[in-house]
Amino acid sequence: MEIRLNGKAREVADGITVGRLLDELKLQALRVAVQVNMDIVKREQYGEVVLQSGDTVEVLTFMSGG
Amino acid sequence: MRGGEILTIAGKEFRSRLFVGTGKYPDFATMEKALAASGTEMVTVAVRRVNLDRTQESLLDYIDLKRYSLLPNTAGCYTADEAVKYSRLAREVGMSNWVKLEVIGDQRTLFPDNEELLKATKILVKDGFVVLPYTNDDPVFAKKLEDAGAAAVMPLGAPIGSGLGIRNPHNIAIILQSAKVPVIVDAGVGTASDASIAMEMGADGVLMNTAIAGAKDPVKMAEAMRKAIEAGRLAYEAGRIPKKPYASASTTMEGMIE
Repeated sequence: MEIRLNGKAREVADGITVGRLLDELKLQALRVAVQVNMDIVKREQYGEVVLQSGDTVEVLTFMSGG
Repeated sequence: MRGGEILTIAGKEFRSRLFVGTGKYPDFATMEKALAASGTEMVTVAVRRVNLDRTQESLLDYIDLKRYSLLPNTAGCYTADEAVKYSRLAREVGMSNWVKLEVIGDQRTLFPDNEELLKATKILVKDGFVVLPYTNDDPVFAKKLEDAGAAAVMPLGAPIGSGLGIRNPHNIAIILQSAKVPVIVDAGVGTASDASIAMEMGADGVLMNTAIAGAKDPVKMAEAMRKAIEAGRLAYEAGRIPKKPYASASTTMEGMIE
């Protein structure tokens, strides 16, 4: 199925969880924030939240800034 | 006099009164050296999309979290709702419930939108954040932010990145007279003397980014800023002499030959 990840289309496995997606992206869950369709997903829920086709997923972290 | 030898914000002690941004350095290695040279203990960061290309370096690889605490900002937010959202995302990243709250009202000047800033401050304070709002140099509004529960107020010296120095020292002085929370001059510093002037006036600290990152030699400028902040604070604590229009001799006339 297709989701929108950080503004770009991305093919992922059906029924993938947020946690599994972060694993696939090789991102440390400890250093990111995840938002699915405008709602923040708490870290404790990464393993439970299942993505649906067409979901808009944002994965954010700390970058340079003043 | 404002404050003691050690600056305390929301119960956290800072030996350095200089806060530094992590944007606009030529590269991460230079930033890392500049942060070390500045002596800062808290650095600002932004919340942005992760780089999915894992071959690229990440900012956090260059920030020693044992040495620096992080102050996430809400740069680029134009409404209270947006700033609240970014603050919550920042908290979710998990290293801080502090936020440098920016709600911008105008793209060209980057001046804050007071109405939205106050609204966001109230929401975030209620939500348990330590809120450090970036504000204009309006003493009345600084008081409103303090009353809303801001842990410090951060009036601008001049527009962000302008390097114009402290454009309205009298307003900053009034804020310093009335504020019961720490006052951090945020934005506008161009060079070391600007930082000293803010500290000599009694500011509790200074936050800067471009003045260091944009200097020809950011590491050297970071050291200059550290010394300027220390010199300015010492001068404030020492208590300067009053200004007078006429001379007063440093050397006595007594003992001169007649």
